Formats: sequence, C-alpha cells, structure tokens
Amino acid sequence: MDLNTITAVAHPQTRTQLPVWTAGDAWLAGGTWLFSEPQTHLRRLIDLTDLRWPALTITEGHLSIAATCTIAELDGLAGPPDWLAVPLINQCCRAFLASFKIWKTATIGGNLCMSLPAGPMISLTSALDGVCTIWKAGGGEQTIPVVDFVTGNQRNRLTSGDLLRQIDIPIAALKRRTAFRQISLAPVGRSAALLIGSLDPDGTLTLTVTASTVRPIQLLFRKTPDASALRDAIAQQITDDLYHTDIHGQPLWRQHMTLRLAEEIRRELLGATP
Amino acid sequence: MSFEINGKAFSQAPRAGQCLRTFLRELGHFGVKKGCDAGDCGACTVLLDGEPVHSCLIPAFRAEGRTVTTIEGLAGASDAHPMQQAFLEAQAFQCGFCTAGMIVTCASLNQAQRTDLGAALKGNICRCTGYRSIEDALLGKTNVEASVEAGAAFGRSLPAPAGPDIVRGMARYTFDTAIDGLLHVKLVRSPHAHARIVAIDKADALNVPGVHAVLTHEDAPSVLMSTARHEMDWMDPEDTRILDDVVRFIGQRVAAIVAESEAAAEEACRRLKVDYEILPALIDPEQAMVPGAPIIHPDRTTANRIADPQRNLAAETHGEFGDVAAALATSAVTYQGTFHSHRVQHAALETHGGLAWRDASGVLNVRTSTQVPFLTRRALADIFELPMDKVRVFCERVGGGFGGKQEMFVEDILALAALRTGRPVKLELTREEQFIATSTRHPMRVHIKAGADTDGKLTALQLDVLSNTGAYGNHAGPVMFHALAESISVYNCPNKRVDGAAVYTNTVPAGAFRGYGLPQALIAVEAAIDELAMQLGISPYEMRRRNIVKPGDAMLSPPPSEFHDVLYGSYGLDQCLDLVERAMQADGPQPALSPEWLIGDGIALTMIDSAPPAGHIADAMIALAEDGGFDLTVGTAEFGNGTSTVHRQIAATTLATTVDRIRLRQSDTAHGGHDTGAYGSAGTFVAGKATHAASMQLATELKAAAANAWLCDVEACVLEDNAVVSGVRRMPFTDLVKLARERGQPFASTGNSEGTPRSVGFNVQGFRVAVNKGTGELRILRSVQAADAGIVANPMQCRGQVEGGVAQALGAALYEEMVIDANGRVTNPKFRDYHLPSFADIPRTEVFFADTSDTIGPLGAKSMSESPYNPVAAALGNAIANATGIRFTAPPFKPDRLFPALLDKFG
Repeated sequence: MDLNTITAVAHPQTRTQLPVWTAGDAWLAGGTWLFSEPQTHLRRLIDLTDLRWPALTITEGHLSIAATCTIAELDGLAGPPDWLAVPLINQCCRAFLASFKIWKTATIGGNLCMSLPAGPMISLTSALDGVCTIWKAGGGEQTIPVVDFVTGNQRNRLTSGDLLRQIDIPIAALKRRTAFRQISLAPVGRSAALLIGSLDPDGTLTLTVTASTVRPIQLLFRKTPDASALRDAIAQQITDDLYHTDIHGQPLWRQHMTLRLAEEIRRELLGATP
Repeated sequence: MSFEINGKAFSQAPRAGQCLRTFLRELGHFGVKKGCDAGDCGACTVLLDGEPVHSCLIPAFRAEGRTVTTIEGLAGASDAHPMQQAFLEAQAFQCGFCTAGMIVTCASLNQAQRTDLGAALKGNICRCTGYRSIEDALLGKTNVEASVEAGAAFGRSLPAPAGPDIVRGMARYTFDTAIDGLLHVKLVRSPHAHARIVAIDKADALNVPGVHAVLTHEDAPSVLMSTARHEMDWMDPEDTRILDDVVRFIGQRVAAIVAESEAAAEEACRRLKVDYEILPALIDPEQAMVPGAPIIHPDRTTANRIADPQRNLAAETHGEFGDVAAALATSAVTYQGTFHSHRVQHAALETHGGLAWRDASGVLNVRTSTQVPFLTRRALADIFELPMDKVRVFCERVGGGFGGKQEMFVEDILALAALRTGRPVKLELTREEQFIATSTRHPMRVHIKAGADTDGKLTALQLDVLSNTGAYGNHAGPVMFHALAESISVYNCPNKRVDGAAVYTNTVPAGAFRGYGLPQALIAVEAAIDELAMQLGISPYEMRRRNIVKPGDAMLSPPPSEFHDVLYGSYGLDQCLDLVERAMQADGPQPALSPEWLIGDGIALTMIDSAPPAGHIADAMIALAEDGGFDLTVGTAEFGNGTSTVHRQIAATTLATTVDRIRLRQSDTAHGGHDTGAYGSAGTFVAGKATHAASMQLATELKAAAANAWLCDVEACVLEDNAVVSGVRRMPFTDLVKLARERGQPFASTGNSEGTPRSVGFNVQGFRVAVNKGTGELRILRSVQAADAGIVANPMQCRGQVEGGVAQALGAALYEEMVIDANGRVTNPKFRDYHLPSFADIPRTEVFFADTSDTIGPLGAKSMSESPYNPVAAALGNAIANATGIRFTAPPFKPDRLFPALLDKFG
C-alpha cells in the first residue's frame, strides 16, 4: 500500500554513506512487510539495494547469507552433495504463509528482523547454527547466534539504527542430517509449530523448536534420547509461558503438536521405534 | 525517471512512498486491482521483468528502468494470451475481480508449480468460484458451450457476456474510471466502543494543505435511518445517522475529510482533535438484556422500529404451535444442545466505495459498489431531500457482494461530500475498514430441543436464538426471522416453538450475509435430526425422509406468518436426498490413511424461499434495435452471480434469437423503472421473471405486427430464428425494424415482477471427512451437493454458484473467524490473520441437480445463489460427529478447537 507519510528515500552505496539514523527512518530491504501495513510514524526509507551485498557467499567455513538475499535466491541454492541439509531450505521456504511471488522480493534479513514466531527463515537459520552480524548504529559490528537474536514475538536484539548485515551458516551444520516437521491450522497456512532436528556425526541431536514458541528454542541431546527423555526435556525447557498464542493456534494445541512433531523427528533421525 | 509498462515508456515520477499498484492505476492500468493492499490476495499481481509480483508491496521507484507487464499487456500483440483464452473457455471467474491477478500468476507458473497448485496459488484468493473452474482453466478444459441455435439459449452453459473484458482486465469495476478534479474522502473512526463526542476541533485538520472540508455530525443531516436496504423500510430500525454525536463501536465514522489527495486526507484525519466522553460499553451479547447493562440506544423508542431499546433488544419473536414441553416429556428420544456460530466477514475482493459528483444538470451521480442501486437512490433522495430524478445511483461491474453490499456504507458520505464541496469525490475503503466498520454475519447462539417417536417421526422442535446485531440493527430482525423460518418449516412436526432475540452490543454491526441467518440455525437443527436418528438407529437420510415436508404439507414455523405466498412451485428435496445418498455410496478413491484418521459421513439439508418476503420488485424493458437485435434493460446488478448471462438467455429464448443479439444494460437508476436489488437470490427468480414478461410481451407485439401485415391470424404466427413465421411466410426482425420506422413507433415492451408468489428451493450437502485424533486436522474426502434449482438456466454457472457457496461456507466452517476482544476491537482485520480459503483448502464438490420445473419461476427456473452455502457447516458438523463420536457445537472446526476434546476422548 502507499506509505503516504514517506517524503524521502535514501540510497546509500556504502556503509559510510548510511545516513544518521533519525526517528521516522526505516530500513527498506524487500519491503514486503513494510508496504503491507500502514506506517504512519515513518518519514524516510533507507533503501539497502544499492549496497549491493552479494546474496550468497561460500567460504571455506561458512555459507554467508546477506540480509538482503531474497527467499527465492536462497531457495535456488544448490550445494555440494555432502550438504545434506540443503533440502531444509525449500522446506522452510514452503512454510511461508506467503507465496512464491513474495519470495522474489522478501529477504532473509527481513524475516529475521520481523521476528515473528512463525518466521521460517528464523527456523532455518537457527537450526543451522546461523550467526547474525549486526552493523551497530554507532559503528562497529556485533555477532549474535540467530537463536539468541530473536527474543520474543516481534522482538529481537536490534536497537535503534542497528542494521542486520548477514547470517553466517557453518558448513558443518549444512552437512548434518536433518528432519523437518511443520503444522498449521490450514493446509498452506501460517506455521503453528515448526520443528527441525539435526544429527551430528558424533551423534548429537539438536532439536530446534519454532513457531509454537515465542522465540526459537534449541534443545541439545549429547546422548540419544528415548521418547520419554525427549518429552521430559521439552517439558522442562519449554515452559508454558513460552508457547505462543494467537489466531493461528491455541497454546495447548501448539504444545501437544510440539511434542508430537519432536517425537516424529526423533524417530526419523534415529530410526527409533516407539 | 523512466518506466516501461506494457511496452510503452512512461516518464512520470512516483511519490516517495508510493507502491507500484497505485502508480500503475494512476497511469490508467485499471486491470491492476486492489483486494487487500497488503500482499495477501494477489489481485494486484503484475510481471516485473517477467516475474510475477504483488504490485501493492513493490515500492514504485524500484520499477524504474525495468519492464512491467499488467493484465492489459499480457497478450502482447496477439488477441489473447493462452491463459486468458483458457480462463475464458473454462469461465474460471464469477465476479472477476481476482481474475487479472490470477491469470497473470497462472501464466507464469512452470510445470513443477502446475503439479502443485495448492502451493503455487496460495497467494491468490478467489472468493467466488471455489477454484474448480480455475483448475479447469489450467488443465485446458472448456466449460462454456459454443453458441447455440436461435431460441435455444435457456438451459445451456453459455458464457458470461463480460468474459472477454474480464480476462483482459478491461471490465470496469467501481474505481476503474478517471475523473478530472477528483477529491478524496477519508474517514476518522472511533477508537472507543461507546462514547459521546463532546467537541471536535477542526482547525489543525483544515490547515493541512489540500484539505477542502472536514465534515462532522454538525454538517450532516440528522435523519435517522438504517444502512440496510430493503424494499420495505419498515424491515429495519431507524437507529443510524450519517455522522452521529454518539459512537457505538470501534470503527464507527466520526468525521469525513475531503482533500486533494488521499495523503492529505489521511494527514488531516490524524490531526483532527476529537474529545470523547467515554461511556460504558457492552460487548457480550449474553449480557445485553441483563438489568444494569449499558443501554446502547437509550433515546430511541419502538416508534423507531426497535423492539425494546431499554433492553438493547433490536428485534424479538416468540411463538408456539402445539405444546413442545408436553411433547418432549413423552417423546421416545430427545436431544438438546447449544450451538454458537461465530462472526465472519463477506470478504468480497472489491472493497466498499464509490465516486459521486453533481453534473451540469444538477443530478447527483453516485457510482458505487452496490447490490441495491435503486434502494440506495431512494435513501439518498430521502436523506438529502432531493427529488428522485435528481439522484442517480449506478454500478457497472461489482467485485463480489455476498450480502455485504445490500447496505449503504459509503454512498451517504459520498453524497454529503459531493454536495458540500461541489466537486467529484471518491471514497474507497481499505481492507481493514471492511473488517472493522462495514458489516459481518450475525453471530448467533442457538439452543435447540428436539424429540421424536419410535418411528422416527419428529414430535417437537424448539429453537431459542440469541443473535448479536452489533451496534446497529441493520438486518437484525429479518435475519433472525429467516433463521427461525425455513430451518424448521422444512420439517413436519406437530409441536414447534421459537424464541428469538436480536440484541445490540458495542461491536461492529452485523448485516446481510449469504444465507441470511439460516446457516447459523441449521447447524443446530440438522445436528438435532442426526442425534435423534442415531438414538433410534435410523440412517440420517431415512430420518429426514420421514419428516421433510412434501407438496401439500404446510410449511410452518411459529408464530404464524403474515406472508402466505410461499408455494410449492416445484419440489425436488426428495431427489436431492437420493442424489446425495447415491453419490456418497458410489466408489471413489480410497486415500491411504493411518489408523489415527477417523472417518465419518454427514449430511444436512436446507429449504429456502425463492425470494424475500413483503415484495421484491423488478422492472425490465426490451426493445427491438435498428440491427434486428434487442436492447434489454434491467435494474439488477452483476457481481459474479451470473444474472447478466441468464437475462440474455431468457430474452433470447423467448424472442427466438441468440444471446449475442441481446444487448444488456443494467443496474443504473437513470435507465428508469425500479429494481429492489440483487439480494435474496432474486436476480433470476424475480428480475428474470420481469425480463421474461417483457420479452413475452414484445414477442406478442412482433407477432401481431406481422399478422397485421400478412392479414392473418396472430395465433398462426410464431417466432423462429430471428423472424416471425407463419406457414411459409417469414418476416425477419430486420424487416420489423423497417415496419417500426414506417409506423413511427419502435417495438418496445416492459415487464414487471412483484416477487410474489414465491416458490421453494432445496439443497442437500454431504461430506465424508477424516479427522486425525492426534492432531485435530480435518480432511474432506468427499463433498457432494444436490441442488433443486428447477430448470437450470445455465448449468455451468449454477454449478459455479453451488461450488462457490460450498467454498465460502467451508471458509466459515473451518478457518475464518473475526476475533473481537473484551474492549470491542476487531483484533484480526487483515487477510493474513483471517484465513480465506485458498486453492489448497477447498475440495472438489460433486454437484447434482434435481430434475424439476418450477411453475412460478421464469421458464421453470428457481433461485440458486445463497442457499448452497446454508447446509455446509451443518453437514460438516454431522460428519465430524459421525467420525469422532463427539458433537462439536461451535465452528470454526479448526484443529486447535477439535483437539482438546479429541485428547480427552482418545488420549
């Protein structure tokens, strides 16, 4: 929709050209959320396009995802055969409430910064041990694991004028076996619970719980859990107040779906039986 | 700046915060529609460098130097893109408002996406079709019949006349016009559920550059009215003012700002200072009549047609035939239960709105998105004390209605603004305004008691209904009466009792909604029939057969009705039950499901009067045109109901010609005559009868003229293939044109229908569902509906009405829910949080028609537009009960709602 209070758009090309952050400013990445709701408090958009951050960079140790990388660009990533976790990317993209048309515009950074419980790029990058790099408003950089970056429903660690630059995924995480489960109130609705399990070569099972909880929660099992150990761990670490409630799912149901999907993941990854 | 749109260069510069959608429309590309303006519905889809995007989310400046293709440019140099042709051949649209975005999206799908349409099309909402015809288009199926021989149009699947324009994005909806000097209206809305306006300070708002007027309750006529439009004004209370000094729900309009741009009007809205005295608010309908409850319309009386303003009672009814209590006490089996139907929104993809201007001759013109142009004209003439001939209300194509546009939500403000400023004005509601400030379905609590004897004969039926009409009583009474009427009059039962109350609350008003109260009552009645059948060990089909009315049976619901004009013009309920039973038993695909999935069947039936009571009037005019074709003028509006197609079929059949020779003009008060409106499924049954009468009259005159010329008996003349024929003599219509010219008088006739007597139509819905006891998820394995529409005027379109009704009802039964918090605020006024069914959510419904011919309706046809909606939630509830053994009484039947009871029962 038209953002009628916007009077200016800045187009910085380098970090030094970023304007001094003032009240009424907003970063413009894809704009798919920004332009979807009235933003009457805003006066200026700072367009990140001309910073020309490479969408995806693969180094020896990391896959580096620019905050401005679109969902479609990430979905198009073809990794080497030993990146067993690559199918997760498409699974998480499909978990978007929005369609493929939005994927062409919406960005990974935008999804993280929105910090909705159902943000599937939060699920993906937290499950893959992603680490955020933030350009601090006052200069300098800060790194925070994605799982700590999102602190609650539409809350995160950014402070005014901070800019999420990129998310670095360790290559090792991409080589893990993964299992994905998601449920929502409608066949292609917003995620009410989205769980990702991954298995390290050393046998460590990591379970990342998102969507059902107000922030991503990661459970680590150094030793293979049985069904009841898994249940106990979830009960212990995901307290009732952490379950999210809104029109997309009541907390009791989200809690039970979390337990159910976690058990399905456990069985898939460990080949276990009930 | 330079933009390339559909191959043409544009050098205009967008505003800094402008989105591509409005920029494209400002440059004249009206095919780019606004459904939600928030990226959720896909109606604004365009190609950006060949890739589909939602143009409402794209900052316009980002299109600079790139190529944009809208629906208007999709075909390039050719006549039609193959996808446009496919949509035309499948008639994959009804109102057509989503069609441009749907076609652009579908045209861009790759093969992989085409095999997974549920995912590929989740960003495109169609509110009308139920998606089957869209899938047909993608599969290359042809649903329309090629042209048929003269005089044979009725009963054939002829295409909608607007089709070619719709698929090219050229059909003109309400806002698809450019007017010079247009001013924009934005509304200041109440943030309080109940408050008195103490003072309004306009100064800051008027100081915003470009603001022309700030209109408040001090500027508006203070007449009391209802937003509801009915032929008879007495059907609705007088409780509403254009702008009031008391606000009774969050979202009620407080002031209207008229400005050069929407931006200026919005800024002035933010700067208007309004002092409120907060009044206690009543949100819970159960508390409405409790002594001490806040009184919402304390200054009104029964003279304002409010049942009891001091008890917040907009309307009530009580009545009993026989002795229900005594019958229940002695019945072999009884059932009682309480059912809650929630609040849902029409979600027509075109929002309410319109344009108004006073022309050089002093006529106030209102171009608006309405189902009722003539009744709106009458209301505006009354309110502004203008002669009827000084007000013109019209619509071209309307982007969906579903009852929501049987109201006057914008036209009064538009008229006020146009009259005050002397300028053309426009008001286009946002999607959020649709949710918080137009109307919804009436939420209802229905308590039912029912009994039967050992033979399965009903002994008693009792309904106690509490309907929540919200802050105003538009449609409060008629919806409540309708809920309590055909829901039980379809059953023979010696003892019946009804108690109904429609109460005010400080919430967004409820209003007319497809089904008009029946779906909310049916979910209780049809559950009770099933529960009694189960106790008796009788099948749901057999139980109904033993109790439904048959021709000759009185259709009774207490208290005795003052209207005695409902007749069995035809009867196909027995066939509908048979058709559904047979289809449900037929072999079908057996999906592999784990034992966690519980499977069950359920049915429900509905009867509906074929037109609203107390008169529904339609005039039609038809004239022989210079080329030997005909000009047909009707008042009824087209919003996807398909009546434009049917009226041409009726006229072409009666006049022995082909539909392409019938030129239709419609829904414009300037054309003369009267039309109550396109509601109550009256477009075919009532207005079609007027067209039939006019055409019959014209046929008689044409035959008489030929007989006169031939000096033969008029009885020996018939119409055949665009000519009057008598034996070997043949006078083509083109010759009759010459005859008319010679005698100095064209051939023209009028027809009229008063909407009485009325007939009855029937629908039976069957579902087979699977419910996962571990997750609460529900899958529809089979959906069958049989409809008794008399002679089906257009099988393709009627099937579409049934499928669309099932889809919309499934939305309400499974997903959609407006949530109002304790303060009266709608918490989810956007499609992202109000899940409309998308392609993936809707099963294919097998549609069957009963073989009947109505003695009252035009050419044997009956209405079939809203009733397919009615039995859906009830049938689904019955299927879930059959599958799980649990009676769920409050839709929507979402997994998280079903889960607690499933957990209790199955662990």
